[in-house]
Amino acid sequence: MSEPLLSIRDLKTYFISKDTEVHAVDGIDIDVLKGQIVCIVGESGSGKSMTSLSIMRLVPKPRGKIISGEIVLDGINLLELSENQMTEVRGNEISMIFQEPMTALNPVLTIGDQITEVLLRHRKMNRKDALARAIEMLKFVGVPRADQIVREYPHQLSGGLRQRVMIAMAMVCEPKLLIADEPTTALDVTIQAQVLDLMRKMRSDFGTAIILITHDLGVVADMADHVVVMYAGQVVESANADDLFEEPKHPYTKALLQSIPSIEKDLDVLYSIPGTVPDAAAFPVGCRFAERCPVAQESCSQRMPTLREISTNHFVRCDLL
Amino acid sequence: MTDHLLEVKELKKYFPITAGVMKRTVGHVKAVDGVSFFVDPGETLGIVGESGCGKSTTGRMIMRVLDSTAGSIYFDGENITRLHGRKLRRIRTKFQMVFQDPYASLNPKMTIREVISEPLVVNKMLSGRQVVDRVATLLETVGLRPDDMMRYPHEFSGGQRQRIGIARALTLNPKLVVADEAVSALDVSIQSQILNLMVDLKHQFNLSYIFISHNLAVVRHISDRVGVMYLGHMVEISPKTDLYDNPLHPYTQALLSAALEPKRKGQRQRMILRGDVPSPANPPAGCPFHTRCPQAIEQCRTQRPVLQQVRPAHFVACHLY
Repeated sequence: MSEPLLSIRDLKTYFISKDTEVHAVDGIDIDVLKGQIVCIVGESGSGKSMTSLSIMRLVPKPRGKIISGEIVLDGINLLELSENQMTEVRGNEISMIFQEPMTALNPVLTIGDQITEVLLRHRKMNRKDALARAIEMLKFVGVPRADQIVREYPHQLSGGLRQRVMIAMAMVCEPKLLIADEPTTALDVTIQAQVLDLMRKMRSDFGTAIILITHDLGVVADMADHVVVMYAGQVVESANADDLFEEPKHPYTKALLQSIPSIEKDLDVLYSIPGTVPDAAAFPVGCRFAERCPVAQESCSQRMPTLREISTNHFVRCDLL
Repeated sequence: MTDHLLEVKELKKYFPITAGVMKRTVGHVKAVDGVSFFVDPGETLGIVGESGCGKSTTGRMIMRVLDSTAGSIYFDGENITRLHGRKLRRIRTKFQMVFQDPYASLNPKMTIREVISEPLVVNKMLSGRQVVDRVATLLETVGLRPDDMMRYPHEFSGGQRQRIGIARALTLNPKLVVADEAVSALDVSIQSQILNLMVDLKHQFNLSYIFISHNLAVVRHISDRVGVMYLGHMVEISPKTDLYDNPLHPYTQALLSAALEPKRKGQRQRMILRGDVPSPANPPAGCPFHTRCPQAIEQCRTQRPVLQQVRPAHFVACHLY
């Protein structure tokens, strides 16, 4: 088996204030292979977005802090790099796109300025070449009238076009890894289909690995090679996408899949998971899903289960399996 | 006269576009452009469509919080299109609304008792002790504790706030509840709790719902009939099973094809629509969908199709039928 492109080991990202300690990411392991699409799925507060910000080393300061662990990209532990060295990595080797392109794009700079900025910074290109490259990239991501749009501002574009511009900006240096945090959540379903298709094209044309963070299991089923399910700051299940949808193992994954209404058939009753996610400032000692789990036993709330490999490359954090 | 609880005929809403210091009207955004449908007692009508299709504007006109430009609204046989003053306040107790954002739709300075009892106080329906009893009953009905009435909205989670919003809507024993993206801001596990609650309440109180959402799966789950809107027009309306299993309008087909089911399907052929929705300020002539329709014929460019019945209770506005 080939070396993973990105390897996260025992990552812990906490938010610390005077009297609370919020364990947003609480000891996770994730591997991403070259050219692989890994989906991280979870509900709000599961720690999925904080995982991506940790990889970029953009955890909000001063309260947020990476406490321990390692994030190794192509043999280099990103957590040991200086701030200057990390700047060389961001936008160059790892890029990120966000949910809301309107807030992620700078409203007072033209589209051209924003894309060329990356090239001027990382590729030391001159302005003219950078602009030509920006136009080429915009055409590649399917932006119509690319040579005019470089002179326009974000507010002049539709949501779908803005997300294409974001992707063009993220891909212009041909990074090894693209992190997409809920990239289609704000988009309409027909536009979502266009953007997901474009991301697949980026992977096949540039060989870019993608970490796709989403709460939408429909998007996961459509895109993922490998799926990581997070709950309360931990990985509860990690498996090849076919296996995960074929045979979900963790009670949380199963419950989640049963809670989603279908467009293909009429259901009489929808399964619903009782209760809410536990407070990240006061996690229970045992399994964090135990109090909502339909099959929980006495022992579940006493001892924290470990993430175990129960079949090839299928990891589950549950002692009942 | 029919027995429909609500009937809407040729409803239109044009928002003026003004320009210059004199605020001269230079055009109109045709948000809703001639929509007709009905809702029967105890029935749930789902309305789906992408952003800007006019689904929320339609809901707000029915609630009479937005005046219609043309057309009529009949509630329980009474024409309420132009009612105002005391007559409007009296009829308004019969239809209520549940909003998308449970954070923005509850006044943060009011206790839950004040939030839920406000409709009673405004309409001078009960007094003192009776109000408290009614609030306690309502809280239990939506799965909260009566003690919660002295707390403030910020003390509740998103799902609990949506329960409060639903309790408020039920305070005056309405016949019709318009739910505009009522579960869209919620996590999957909470979304299914709220959907199940809404189904229970519907049976318990013989409510009718107009359930407005962009989420096709959620709409299929909760609705009896479903209408599909595009650019201010109702393009298809039918009992749900027939609509989802045999969509007739090319737009409905594209929408369903773009929606993602949490299931692995291998490489399936999706129908991906090109381009964006045209601006409602300058809608295309003929069929509103012809600019993106893969099956458009010459007639579609010039002549607007009308909604006609092509299968039992299944109406579609398309020249292909």
